[in-house]
Amino acid sequence: MFYIFCPYCDERREEEEFHPSGQAHITRPADPENCSDEEWGDYLFFRDNPRGIHHELWVHRLGCRKFFNITRDTTTYEILETYPMGERPTVTAERAGVRQEQGVQTADGGWQTVGARPENSKLNEETPS
Amino acid sequence: MSQHNRLNQGGRIDRSRSLSFTFNGQRYQGFAGDTLASALLANGVDIVNRSFKYSRPRGIIAAGADEPSAIMQLGASEAAQVPNVRATQQALYDGLVARSTNGWPSVQRDVMSWVGRLGGHLMPPGFYYKTFMAPASMWMTYEKWIRKGAGLGRSPAASDPDIYDHLNQHCDVLVIGAGPAGLGAALSAARAGARVILCDEQEEMGGSLLDSRESLDDAPAADWVAKAVAELDAMESVTLLPRTTANGYHDHNFVTLHERRTEHLADTAAGAGREGEVRSRLHRVRAEQVVLASGAHERPLVYANNDVPGNMVAGAVSTYIRRYGVVPGQKLVLTTNNDHAYRAALDWQEAGRDVVAVVDSRANPDGELVQQARDSGIRVITGSAVMEGKGNQRVSGARVVAIDTPRFVVTGSIEELDCDTIASSGGYSPVVHLASHTGKRPQWRDDLLGFVPGEVKGMHYAGGVQGIYALDESLADGARAGAEAARAGGFEAAGAMTLPAAASRRESATEALYQVPHEKTSLRAPKQFVDFQNDVTAAAIELATREGFESIEHVKRYTALGFGTDQGKLGNINGMAIAARCLHRSIPEVGTTVFRPNYTPVTFGAIVGRHCRELFDPERYTALHQWHVENGAEFEDVGQWKRPWYFPQKRRADGQERLETMHEAVARECLAVRQGVGILDASTLGKIDIQGPDAREFLGRVYTNKWAKLAPGRVRYGVMCKDDGMVMDDGTTSCLGDNHFLMTTTTGGAASVLEWLELWHQTEWPELQVYFNSVTDHWATITVTGPEARKLFSEVTDIDLDREQFKFMDWREGRVAGVPARVFRISFTGELAFEINVQANYALHVWKTLFAHGEKYDLTPYGTETMHVLRAEKGLIIAGQDTDGSVTPEDLGMHWAVGYDKPFAWIGKRALNRPDTAREDRKQLVGLKPKDPKVVLEEGAQIVLDPDQAIPMTMMGHVTSSYYSPVLESGFALAVLKGGRKRMGETVYLPMSNGTTHEAEVVSTIFVDPKGERQNV
Amino acid sequence: MSEARSENSASNVAVFDTHPSDAIDAESPLHWSRQRGVIDAAAGEGQVTVVERPFLGHLILRGGAIVLDEAVRETLGVSLPGQPLGLNHDADGSRSVQWLSPDEWLVIVPAGEEFELENRLRAQLGDAHFAIVNASGGQTLLELSGEHAREVLMKSVTYDVHSHGLPVGKGVGTVFAKTSVNLRRPREDRFELVVRRSFADYCVRWLLDAGREYGLSVE
Ligand SMILES: [Zn+2]
Repeated sequence: MFYIFCPYCDERREEEEFHPSGQAHITRPADPENCSDEEWGDYLFFRDNPRGIHHELWVHRLGCRKFFNITRDTTTYEILETYPMGERPTVTAERAGVRQEQGVQTADGGWQTVGARPENSKLNEETPS
Repeated sequence: MSQHNRLNQGGRIDRSRSLSFTFNGQRYQGFAGDTLASALLANGVDIVNRSFKYSRPRGIIAAGADEPSAIMQLGASEAAQVPNVRATQQALYDGLVARSTNGWPSVQRDVMSWVGRLGGHLMPPGFYYKTFMAPASMWMTYEKWIRKGAGLGRSPAASDPDIYDHLNQHCDVLVIGAGPAGLGAALSAARAGARVILCDEQEEMGGSLLDSRESLDDAPAADWVAKAVAELDAMESVTLLPRTTANGYHDHNFVTLHERRTEHLADTAAGAGREGEVRSRLHRVRAEQVVLASGAHERPLVYANNDVPGNMVAGAVSTYIRRYGVVPGQKLVLTTNNDHAYRAALDWQEAGRDVVAVVDSRANPDGELVQQARDSGIRVITGSAVMEGKGNQRVSGARVVAIDTPRFVVTGSIEELDCDTIASSGGYSPVVHLASHTGKRPQWRDDLLGFVPGEVKGMHYAGGVQGIYALDESLADGARAGAEAARAGGFEAAGAMTLPAAASRRESATEALYQVPHEKTSLRAPKQFVDFQNDVTAAAIELATREGFESIEHVKRYTALGFGTDQGKLGNINGMAIAARCLHRSIPEVGTTVFRPNYTPVTFGAIVGRHCRELFDPERYTALHQWHVENGAEFEDVGQWKRPWYFPQKRRADGQERLETMHEAVARECLAVRQGVGILDASTLGKIDIQGPDAREFLGRVYTNKWAKLAPGRVRYGVMCKDDGMVMDDGTTSCLGDNHFLMTTTTGGAASVLEWLELWHQTEWPELQVYFNSVTDHWATITVTGPEARKLFSEVTDIDLDREQFKFMDWREGRVAGVPARVFRISFTGELAFEINVQANYALHVWKTLFAHGEKYDLTPYGTETMHVLRAEKGLIIAGQDTDGSVTPEDLGMHWAVGYDKPFAWIGKRALNRPDTAREDRKQLVGLKPKDPKVVLEEGAQIVLDPDQAIPMTMMGHVTSSYYSPVLESGFALAVLKGGRKRMGETVYLPMSNGTTHEAEVVSTIFVDPKGERQNV
Repeated sequence: MSEARSENSASNVAVFDTHPSDAIDAESPLHWSRQRGVIDAAAGEGQVTVVERPFLGHLILRGGAIVLDEAVRETLGVSLPGQPLGLNHDADGSRSVQWLSPDEWLVIVPAGEEFELENRLRAQLGDAHFAIVNASGGQTLLELSGEHAREVLMKSVTYDVHSHGLPVGKGVGTVFAKTSVNLRRPREDRFELVVRRSFADYCVRWLLDAGREYGLSVE
């Protein structure tokens, strides 16, 4: 049972209020009509299944009805950050080690960072995706 | 029988309150404050169970949650049966009825006992797997008898009269365990201002302090407990939960606590005079911080015949004497590898009974307690251990021998001691269970000879659980952990907590001894039990390692070590130590042990809580539900909705009145709609209000068809696909204004379609200016349909119903029965139809007014079954019934609803160009007309072309919808069929499971009014 | 009450007064629960009381806070809650505005005021991008008060209903038994549940069951 920080409601809520919608940052091909079947198939069907850091799309179904992203460690189930749509993760598999140095804030209780909030936008810019 | 093991004084029992109880049909007496176990021991009951596999007699071994053998079936009545209750954890109450879980037909004389006598050679580990697996078909039969013999407890056959519930709790600091460390932690966290929950599984808070020999502030330790509990109880921010087991630790500090509220009083709440109260409660705690102060379990030593009644864990002996005033025997031999266990001998002697000897495996023990024993005249035999117990139904002696622990051999001659009780102690195992529930592996500590918990985020450890056993250190550690947890939760204590003064004792180190070597090999020696509940012996573990099982995880599964309700509380570490010895490795090299929830069994009632019977699942009602009930509707569950299925009427036949059958009712309802006028409550349809300048553009992207030119006042049918091109939902959408639309969805699709729209808006097209809101519950929807619909409807509305003014697929605004309404000329029946939307609070008035006027037209209410027949006759699909996520609009023959030339790459468009979705031999929607009109094909029936083909036959498709049509006077069906549209007129076959085969002709999906003239009048 | 209909043909959005001009019986979402005796059977000692406030005007406002704030203040005399999960009331407590999401607010006003309010808001907001949706028929408001109201809620919702989690002036969408509710704390001694019409009977039956040991009664 996760305890998930909703970046819109600005507080943690029980997992039962949320619903996962699969991998985050899946981009629909800009010009579907002119992409190959393979590209289209990749977009539709192929998903990562990493051991470790994973970015997921969730919706606060019974709360504010907003979609947002979660960076989660699939081995510990720790939620490392949650961030609104349109933003990039600050914690990535490549960059996991640098999280501490960047000084990303940890929310109360230490479950997830809120580092990807707008006030931390500078931090986001420094982090290649 | 008298309580001949009961002391005249001492303990925390109330000798003035005598309680009567029965065990296996025999009546006994105990006292208030007893557990079932202490009362049984007081009465001298030695055998409380038969063992699982060998059916050996077993007695009470421990005093708490670690008890593996004294597992009871409780309950005086059938409805109150509770299986798998540990006698050591069950408070005694007057009238308690207990039976041995295992012991069919009786614990004293057991038909299964031949198994135990013939011994291990007949039943090696893996016995059940090896013996009963073949033939596989017989396993069910074997299992039934094995279960009956093995006795795993049984659930009640009658309905439970009690109430259970859940309580959602939130706190800053949850403290698990109210021994010295837990109390210290709770006090320091609460004093810092944190919201604290303190739970403890026992009847009273205090843990080991309740039977401690130690003093706190120069008073009995229990006095300090009372003071501490009183202080906590007085604080508004503290919740105290005695009789509450923390049974599961889940992600992010979510902890489930099982609180037993009336189980200590009677077998039902009513029996306790507390009718209507909750018997058992599950607290679902979300804790900011957790302090785990669950203490440690004492390990017994593994020696031959260590399971005969009279063998006990040393600490349990002390508990029974000091807490319950019960000495469970006359003559004690204590075998130990540590100082702490000497308390049992001292307590025994102080109770006035005979301590034959303390047998200490260490060569030169010289701690304070050892000295105290010697000073009291107790014989201490060093460098030795009990190698074997004597006796069958009760210990009658102990065979003691000098041993070389590191080399695992006996070194001297055997001395036989006369005794009836053997207490043993092999050191302590921290209760790390909860810390490992989320998968964190415990860490082995050589200095402690035990596993301590691994690091878990937000969890703090205090006292015995991390190997801190001395009272003064444990108290201090608790205070530290409590303060740390509070600080992590944002609360700072004003200053250091003053702790009660406790003595610090000098101890000599514990020796690493788990299994006592025997003069014979493990396989030849009498059984040396490791796991009492699952009858796992040292020999079995040795055999497992010889058969190639090298990881403790595999050994466990092969031998059943640590299975069942026991979860290896006493046996796991000993088992690992034995495996390690056999494999010549260290314990951590053999593996670590991870536990799963639940720590001890939880009654299903508490897990279910209030979610049962009429509250099992929500029932959603429309605003017209009352009318449906009062008019005899039969209901169908559609999602959580209760929808009228059909309205059976009274019918007079052969001078008798009876209710119509479903078939009769549906036929009558269908004909009424086709020939007169019917009325349907369609309120459950999903309704989504869409507003914004880009609303139209958005519709064009999510629907396959075009929306650019739909004018206000008009309605259009739309199909929605996922991006794989498969149909997801359908419905009509009305243009209310240029920037304002009302979308309808299927009943089941209401929530998912809204979320789908939001998904695309929020993630892909946030630049589009549009808002979506559910108005499903706001509007009640009433459909009036049939050739007479206009005549009836004109009587109750001010809307101009002229067919030129109010065309098919128009909507108009006006009053219906005086209530403002939006009326849609859409049809799901193929007949003239008006779909009326009014604010739900007025729905009943409108509905009743329609009936008042409808009498002369024989207005007929119809339900979902008739709705299905009528729509299927028209070839109208139901998404989710005629589609299954693999059907495209083209497959459905809806080419007309696909806007290939729309400018934007709408959802699903690209996929419809894939070679696979363009295949001509895809399954396509067709109609089927059975050759025999009386036949109604089974939905799901497979279609073949050659009925004589050998199995496996080539399956060409299947029936998706099938009904009897009273209009056609024939069965008819919709089906998906490979290349179906090119097979019109062909005969196909539907082989049934009973061996018959139906014949059907492939026909158009539209069975009634193919030109659609009837709805357009 | 205004008799106006679709007067906004100019505005591209169809507004609609759902109320009849004649006196016509209306049934609240709990009508059926009362009819079948679910509620009558629940006369208890009243340590917890549930009162339905039926037929109130419920409007959903959609749009940016900056867009909506001024119009709401002008028309309603209440400002939009500045924080997520905020709940503001007017002086006598009969009109409220609640944050539902960054672009969504729930306005609850006395029965029958909603249509006029919607028209005034639309007039104020002009050409801005916003939406107003009337939800008055689709939900009802239950007030929960009494000594053990908090315990009844703890049995029902996963949210922390202690004053730490749900202080006065806060409202949250959360899990209630096996459905969802909008849970609000308008005053120290009162909770409000905004429940969907079709789930209202389930919610009340659940509350009655959960509150039985405290003698919960429903009015
Ligand atoms: Zn949210």
